[in-house]
Amino acid sequence: MTQFIVQGYPAYAYTGGKPHEPREPAIVFVHGAAFDHGVWQWQSRYFAHHGYTVLAVDLPGHGRSPGPLRDSITAIADWVAALIEAAGLERAAIVGHSMGSPVALETAVRHPQRVWKVAVIGAAAPMPVGDAFIAAARDDSPAGLDMEVAWGHARGVLLAQSPVPGTSLHGASRALNARAHAGVLHTDLAACHAWRPPMDAIRALKVPTLVVAGKRDQMTSLKAGRALAAEIPGAKLVTLDAGHSMMSEAPRELLQALKEFLG
Amino acid sequence: MDHTGGHKPPKLPHPDTLALHAGQSPDPATGARAVPIYQTASFVLPDADTAAALFNMEVPGHVYSRLSNPTVAVFEERMAALEGGAGAIATASGQAALHLALVTLMGQGGHVVSSASLYGGSHNLLAYTLPRFGITTTFVPSRDLDGWRRAIRPETRLLFGESVGNPSVDVLDIPALGQLASERQLPLLIDATVTTPVLGRPLEQGAHLVVHSATKFLSGHGVVIGGVLVDGGRFDWSAAGKFPTLTEPYAGFHGMVFAEESTASAFLLRARREGLRDFGACMAPMTAFQILQGIETLPLRMSRHVDSTAKIAEYLATHEAVERVHHPHLATHPDHALAARLYPRGCSAILSFELKGGRDAGRRFIESLTLFSHLANIGDAKSLVIHPASTTHFRMDDQALAAAGIGGGTLRLSVGLEHPGDLIEDLGRAIYASQKA
Repeated sequence: MTQFIVQGYPAYAYTGGKPHEPREPAIVFVHGAAFDHGVWQWQSRYFAHHGYTVLAVDLPGHGRSPGPLRDSITAIADWVAALIEAAGLERAAIVGHSMGSPVALETAVRHPQRVWKVAVIGAAAPMPVGDAFIAAARDDSPAGLDMEVAWGHARGVLLAQSPVPGTSLHGASRALNARAHAGVLHTDLAACHAWRPPMDAIRALKVPTLVVAGKRDQMTSLKAGRALAAEIPGAKLVTLDAGHSMMSEAPRELLQALKEFLG
Repeated sequence: MDHTGGHKPPKLPHPDTLALHAGQSPDPATGARAVPIYQTASFVLPDADTAAALFNMEVPGHVYSRLSNPTVAVFEERMAALEGGAGAIATASGQAALHLALVTLMGQGGHVVSSASLYGGSHNLLAYTLPRFGITTTFVPSRDLDGWRRAIRPETRLLFGESVGNPSVDVLDIPALGQLASERQLPLLIDATVTTPVLGRPLEQGAHLVVHSATKFLSGHGVVIGGVLVDGGRFDWSAAGKFPTLTEPYAGFHGMVFAEESTASAFLLRARREGLRDFGACMAPMTAFQILQGIETLPLRMSRHVDSTAKIAEYLATHEAVERVHHPHLATHPDHALAARLYPRGCSAILSFELKGGRDAGRRFIESLTLFSHLANIGDAKSLVIHPASTTHFRMDDQALAAAGIGGGTLRLSVGLEHPGDLIEDLGRAIYASQKA
């Protein structure tokens, strides 16, 4: 089990089935609200076996990483930068999903020397969250999990064949959310909602950027993904025939996009 | 996430709809609406890098039909959706599903606490066969919660019981056992063959794992042998600290630590990557297709099964030649209230009863039936009857039989889809014949 000490607490990262090797080009995968490294199962294992050192992190208070939840996107971004340093890396590519995408952008804005590429999947800037969703999460209501899983996938995913044989995308995703401690979903959603994207700095980003948007995304719309890509000079936009959870809904297509981008 | 303001919670499809559609898209290659039978052992590897990635679990996909198959995967995903689980693994039989669950969780020295009222085959596996491999079981009366608690030992790795016992028709208090299991950081495995996800969903009631014999109500027509193992994905194997198969590096797959590889699917990964790969009790694609045909009508069938069973239970309960009827539908059954709480739509198409006149009367009864078929199975569309003490449970001694709620004269019915009036007439005639000395 790979752990670093980041901002005073152990920080867990899944390394894709190979030991962490700081001399290899590094990719840090950042999960979304109330998830953990497990959402990157396929992507992290592939890149770890293709010449990269991979750190699919559990953010503080998520999965295997203890410590207080961070209540803002910028605080999470600072934690990611500290993790890169703690892992003995000069810099890393940041691949973020959902809440992890503003984290990736803020890490690049606030710590440009630590970031060599940014890929955001299911992204929007800003990232407002509806009142009903926040209220359900605040109450730790099962309705919050229903919303996360239903809006977190393309409509009809439950009635379609899964790209991961034998796995229910809804069921696995809901199980992972349900394992999060009380309050995690609410804190994460509130952080997304409160995020004020530094648009001037995002427009001035020099780092190569990939935006992957789902054509059937019900959480962060295709329109929002397109708009974000248009703001970032030279950003590459890839659209996939999938909902918000592209890592499991379109694992092969997402892998292809990441392979082409990361080189 | 800008669209969600003011939205009501999203509606997810009902079980009746899941039974028809979950896990299946019209075939991408041909547009076929029915589930195609992918009758192939292997799948072409498109290029060397993808081949290596598939074998190393870097990309999902099919390699070899012992590990996964597109037709079988539809069945697995449909069951996962119906049960509300993270995923499922189809097996060659219900017994193979139980075996797969056990050997994924434990090896030599492992211990199971199990309900005493089990299907005879499951009792055999636990009582006689697995001890040879160093896995032992303590059987406790299903209703004795303190007995369950006392039977848990440091080496216990699993609590196991049937949602509704076969043939004693006792109802397991899954919420209470689930709470005990969670307190002791043990998974609770439920064999839900008799109830099916249509009548009750064990994972929602507090269980962590579910097995079914798909031979029974799921396929529903008595034409295949198959099983399935469903994981809820919520048990914390790492926190429990006693499941090294899931939390320690596995030499059989490049040192993979399954609980790190996938938080919610660790158990399923190990069960597939070791259990299906090495023990090999996989499901054939044709079998999966036939079970899927059955599942399409499962909600309709279960409704008819339990309605007819209730009518028959009421009929038998008032018959002067019947000593006792065991079915939770009857207010006299000790689990009547529990069954009403856990299974409001009805809980079982299995019913057992004692005829006056003991074993001999039972024999005459079975031989006089014309609609009920005398055979070793349950959950067929056709009505079935058997004498457990001389057939399915004949290896159990009197004490074990009594613990399983089976007497020498116990008869078990599996009520089918015939008109209930015809079934009652058949039973009436056979009971009359049974009482003639």
